[in-house]
Amino acid sequence: MNFTYNIEGGDFTNAGAPSSAVKKMLKQLGVNPDIIKRTVVALYEAEVNVVAHAYKGIITVDIEDDRIIIKLEDEGPGIEDINKAMTEGYSTASQKVREMGFGAGMGFPNMKTNSDKLTVNSTPGKGTSVEIINYF
Amino acid sequence: MKQAETFHHALKFKYDLCIGCSHCIGACPTAAIHVEKGKPILNPNRCIDCGRCYLACPVSAIYIEQDDFQTIYNYKFPILLVPSIFSAQFPEKINHRAIVSAIHHLGFKYIFEVEKSVDILTDVMNKAIIDKNLERPIISTYCPAVVRLIQVKFPSLVKNLFLVKPPLDITALFIKQKFTDEGVKEEDIGIFYVSPCAAKIAAIKSPVGDDVSMVDGVINMNFFYNKVYRTIKQGTYQLVDEECASQRLACDNLLWSLTKGEINLLSQGRNLAIDEIHNVSDFLEKVENEDITDIDYLELRACDESCAGGILCPGNRFFAAERQKKRAESHTLMNTPRNNDLLKYEEYLLKHLSVGEVLPRSMEKLDNNIAVAMRKMKKSFELNNYLPQVDCRICGYQTCKELAHAIVNENADLKQCIFIQRILEQTDKLTPAEALKINKVIWGEKKFDKNSLKGINLGHKGRIQ
Repeated sequence: MNFTYNIEGGDFTNAGAPSSAVKKMLKQLGVNPDIIKRTVVALYEAEVNVVAHAYKGIITVDIEDDRIIIKLEDEGPGIEDINKAMTEGYSTASQKVREMGFGAGMGFPNMKTNSDKLTVNSTPGKGTSVEIINYF
Repeated sequence: MKQAETFHHALKFKYDLCIGCSHCIGACPTAAIHVEKGKPILNPNRCIDCGRCYLACPVSAIYIEQDDFQTIYNYKFPILLVPSIFSAQFPEKINHRAIVSAIHHLGFKYIFEVEKSVDILTDVMNKAIIDKNLERPIISTYCPAVVRLIQVKFPSLVKNLFLVKPPLDITALFIKQKFTDEGVKEEDIGIFYVSPCAAKIAAIKSPVGDDVSMVDGVINMNFFYNKVYRTIKQGTYQLVDEECASQRLACDNLLWSLTKGEINLLSQGRNLAIDEIHNVSDFLEKVENEDITDIDYLELRACDESCAGGILCPGNRFFAAERQKKRAESHTLMNTPRNNDLLKYEEYLLKHLSVGEVLPRSMEKLDNNIAVAMRKMKKSFELNNYLPQVDCRICGYQTCKELAHAIVNENADLKQCIFIQRILEQTDKLTPAEALKINKVIWGEKKFDKNSLKGINLGHKGRIQ
């Protein structure tokens, strides 16, 4: 089963709507609540990344009998160094912003702990694609 | 832990009074009702006994079961356990002493207010709030309708439930122990509870996470209010002395059943109180998505204005809450001595405070087999695309989405939708006569008779001639 959702850069009000919809479907399918939670957390984190950094993005959700595959593709600034982005505490946010409690550098690490398989590809200046796979 | 296959429900339909208007279906927060042959059918696995349907029914065709009042006379020691919000139902001019006197007159040997045991819970809650091992947010189990909502609609949050007995059960336990200690035979003690809502009755009849209730009988608050009010008006009762009448409940205890009654007892943490079942449901949706984090304690109540708005409370909920607050204030001003005899049993009660695990009972699941569930979901999405999204309920279901669900579960047919009927009629795939027949199966023959409402009894609203 395939679903797509659009994300608008800067639209924090609606960030979370796709993860909420995905949660509803997984509940109907009777997927284990812990797996639902992991999936929702990973997806939400990824959504917020797109809203915060990119111009726009598209989410494709594919639910199969034994797994869920979520792809987020955005048009945006991209990521210079993916390995660094994956490191806990690494952040591009300025010191001032971090002092305010944002940009703690936990986005990608959080996504990673909450997904069974996480693939990130990026072209600086063009955009980023993130793929999250969780098994039921 | 033994948990029954389905919930016990205190809400029942009086089919002879029902006019088949489906207002109850629209009001339900879990879409637990649909209509067949003009009558509402309750899905016992979805109903959480919140009583929104009871309030929505225009002809009082929904009632809340209660025990026969006469059974109080089967006990040598009939004891009344009454929520403190009960006396707040009466007009100001009727004082607490008169109320207590009238209750004695009706046959109760002793009267205890439920919130007497809040003193014990305060410490327990404050210990929990600093216990880092408890899943956050800690969700209160005080309101049984909320507990059931979580079981059916938010199964992943059952592990957040704070598994302690509510004041009702603790006070009942205290009463049993106190009187047996005083030499009364256990079988002679009859504890009767005056309930402000259906959910608490359902929780007594089939406790969630606990095996048996200490309560021997339940009396509906609106029924009891009338009985007490009449006794007061007739004036044939003996006035009990001042001392006996005024149970010195502390201010905190009196405020417990109102909104913020729990969180105001907590000395630290970030705690929130939310009332009204749809508000609660919307908020839990966010909690489940992890949109909302960093909350320590959630006080959730199914009724607007919490128990002051209980569906069986006869008074206006805003006035009742106001009167209750006034009583609490007066107790603070008087600097009431808290010689609560319940505290003598603190150790015993604390030992019996916890309740068993609460199990999830997801109503969302389409099938036990994930592949089958997937096929059903796919079909349900497809069907939903044909439906008008008007949610008119003429098909007998709460929403177009619910109809789609019922179709994939082979409980309904797409032709039940009147929009689909019109589309099919245009291409001669359905005749108007066939469409009418389908509608009659849903709503009953009578609904299509222009005189169908003649002579119908609209309860308090009189009779249509």
